[in-house]
Amino acid sequence: MMIDWNNFTPWASLSGGILLGLASALFILVNGRILGISGIIGGLFRPKSGDVGWRLSFMLGLLAAPLLYTLVAGPTAARIDAGWVTVVIAGLLVGVGTRYGAGCTSGHGVCGLSRLSPRSLVATLAFMGAGFLTVFLARHALGS
Amino acid sequence: MQHRISEFLVGLIFGIGLILSGMTDPGKVIGFLDLFGAWDPSLALVMGGAIAVGVFAFATAKKRTATFLGGALHLPNSNDIDKRLLLGSLLFGAGWGLAGFCPGPAIVSLGAGQPKAAVFVLAMLAGMLLFELAERRSQWVGAHGRR
Repeated sequence: MMIDWNNFTPWASLSGGILLGLASALFILVNGRILGISGIIGGLFRPKSGDVGWRLSFMLGLLAAPLLYTLVAGPTAARIDAGWVTVVIAGLLVGVGTRYGAGCTSGHGVCGLSRLSPRSLVATLAFMGAGFLTVFLARHALGS
Repeated sequence: MQHRISEFLVGLIFGIGLILSGMTDPGKVIGFLDLFGAWDPSLALVMGGAIAVGVFAFATAKKRTATFLGGALHLPNSNDIDKRLLLGSLLFGAGWGLAGFCPGPAIVSLGAGQPKAAVFVLAMLAGMLLFELAERRSQWVGAHGRR
């Protein structure tokens, strides 16, 4: 294993992570909800009275975050190497997978592990493992 | 209204956290998932920082019967470790590794006006819709028998 020290951002990543934990803490303790993005979006496909507003308010906050960040700290950086077709396939896999697995990086990875849930630990190990394997196959075994 | 504002603010904090941590940069995410190349361990610190705060919040939540505002606490009650959980999570991980987007960062990047993030989110919503249709079909078959 070779560590990529040039791109290592320990303080930004740690403080970003603490903000994610803080948001998840506020959401469960103030709003009574698990902060799981795929579950919050997925619930909109089964709209029930009184169960839509909180989802939309939260999503608006997420969408507004880059605007606030850009105003205060400058433009956001993103390097997207995947082509259009790969992006579509990846989106479909993420959509279907997170709903069958009942969670994603936020619901299982942050909230589930914080709750010490064995179910979320299995889910997190599975999606991280699949992520490692996919990048290994794409970058080293099959790709250039 | 109080609730709508706090939900919006929590979404805003979460989104800022995702940007600051590097999760909204697919190149960085794939650098973390690339164990066998030049590995960027940053995102392990994202998870560590989030859980270090979350553990205390959920320990508190488990002891309470209502939220700080007196509302209902919706804690998950499923403990099943089954084929759905495993297979779904594996598919999700494969998609995450392919493009470097998971749901939250994809939504934030859509807000930042990234065209590829917009296409990713559309495909993700289509995937979620496919799941809903498959679920409704299997419930219908369960109730009425196969035709």
